[in-house]
Amino acid sequence: MSTMTIDKAGPTRKLGSMSRDRAWALRWSYFFLVLFAIFFLVPPVYMLITSLKSSAEISAATNPWWVFHPTLSNYVELLTSNQFLRFFWNSSIVAIVVVIITMLISIPAAFALARMKFWGSATLATGVFLTYLIPDSLLFIPLFKTLGVIQDLTGITLLNRWYVLLFVYPTLTVPFCTWIMIGYFASIPKELDEAALIDGASWLQTLTRIFIPVALPGLIAATIFAFTVSWAQFLYPLVFTTSVDQLVLPVGITTTLIKGDVFNWGQIMTGALLGAAPPLIIYAFLMDYYIAGLTAGATKG
Amino acid sequence: MADVVVEQGRHISSARKRKGTSLRNVMGRKSTVAFLLTLPLILLIALLVLYPAFYSLYLATLNKAMTKFVGLGNFTFLFKRETFWMVVKQSCIFAITAVIFKALIGFIVAHFVHNIPGKKQRKWRGMLLVPWVIPPAMSTLAWLWLFDPSYSAFNYTLSFFGVGPIPWLGETFWARFSVILVNVWYGAPFFLIMYLAALKSVPDQLYEAAAIDGANWWQKIWFVTLPMMRNIIAITTLFSLIVTFANFDIVRILTSGGPLDTTHLFATWAFQVGIQSSDIPLGACVSLFMVPILAVAAIFILRDVTKRGNEA
Repeated sequence: MSTMTIDKAGPTRKLGSMSRDRAWALRWSYFFLVLFAIFFLVPPVYMLITSLKSSAEISAATNPWWVFHPTLSNYVELLTSNQFLRFFWNSSIVAIVVVIITMLISIPAAFALARMKFWGSATLATGVFLTYLIPDSLLFIPLFKTLGVIQDLTGITLLNRWYVLLFVYPTLTVPFCTWIMIGYFASIPKELDEAALIDGASWLQTLTRIFIPVALPGLIAATIFAFTVSWAQFLYPLVFTTSVDQLVLPVGITTTLIKGDVFNWGQIMTGALLGAAPPLIIYAFLMDYYIAGLTAGATKG
Repeated sequence: MADVVVEQGRHISSARKRKGTSLRNVMGRKSTVAFLLTLPLILLIALLVLYPAFYSLYLATLNKAMTKFVGLGNFTFLFKRETFWMVVKQSCIFAITAVIFKALIGFIVAHFVHNIPGKKQRKWRGMLLVPWVIPPAMSTLAWLWLFDPSYSAFNYTLSFFGVGPIPWLGETFWARFSVILVNVWYGAPFFLIMYLAALKSVPDQLYEAAAIDGANWWQKIWFVTLPMMRNIIAITTLFSLIVTFANFDIVRILTSGGPLDTTHLFATWAFQVGIQSSDIPLGACVSLFMVPILAVAAIFILRDVTKRGNEA
């Protein structure tokens, strides 16, 4: 209400100059936004341009920003090569299973931490947040050694197997997903679950019947995040896997398509574009959830 | 009176429960359920994060073959190496410069996006966030190709302005410039989105009040926007500092630390020493040097997070 009154009482004589100012501000905004959009979009667009060129055109001294003889040969070659499909398959299976594991761990934990105050729950919530801050580049050496030791002790092959990533990636996804889910669950009105408990629902029923449906946007945000992180992870697969048939997409493209000093740029760019496609497609459809997850995670629990 | 009655009732019922302690009673207790629900999380953190973190400390005190305890030998060895000091220097240059530019670009672009009418914002936001969505290993390959020594698209374009070919990844200065540029490109959208969310939460009345008081554009930013966004700016910057300092993908793909180890960060050097040269203790030792920076940033972030939690 107060806004309305201020609006009406605002000075009217300066209105002309103010709207002119605003129009100029708008023009300048668009001008700079276009500049920044060019800066932000040059690499992906260049990926697309190069992926449509033949090797002959790439090595010709023509304008690199334009395709003169577009061809899909790079796509055909990559999509029919067993290696690339193998990388794509490995990446997909790892990302999907990691998302499932992440949800199975973080939804119940977030529920307990958001609603059931118990001894040490506040400390654990803080601990989850701190874990989220520990980067992969700090843990890859001890994890590599630990996996080697486990392999020696039990005889189970862990190193150089794609499935080892299923154990390792949750360390990156679970803390963040738990953290944003605590926030979403905490925002659900207490009356809802209190009513359910009084009606005789068990804690698990309260979780599955009330919390999960109501906090679905948060869950989607967390799922997208977990998928993007597992799809993009580069350091762990680079350290833990070496055989060509065990590689995931980012490592596969950077290690197998670059042979010595010979760069087959057409194929590398096609591979990179196809590798970037799944997160980009998800983002194109679920952008609002993705952004909600990002902002919820880093600002407030 | 009523209280007493209720309490008595509760005592009786709990006593009755205690008499018939069955598994179902234990399972039904709130703390037990809560513990079981958080158990996988606790195990994950303990086994795959805490344990390796401490194991790393232990590894750092072994000799190369991991047969003998050498105490702080690895650390004194590192201090004597020139490359180590280069890595320290480069990590600081890289992280600080990149974070400053990311924050600046994010702040500026967030304002431009905020300026334009609401309906069009979504489209622009979607476009400008693309670098953050593409896996960094993939987008860095595109940058590597843009920087290519003989077919560089950048040098081709620059040649029209009479600017000679730039050895993007071949010279120390330009290689440092390039890795920072790619990191800024990748990370600026994150700042943009955080600042945009913060800008939206600043109440319009404050700007109207400032406008009535005759504040110009600059004064509005300085006295209204910045104080309102201070918390988010601080937390985003600290968070980004951690991530940038621990960066691996970009430098690894773009330069692998070259030329002459001048673009190595702690992570890439630890990888080269620990995995490629298979000196695991020394590699662990190198990566441990990230801990003090991470700890300081984490303490500040945590202070902010708990303060926020108490306010809510």
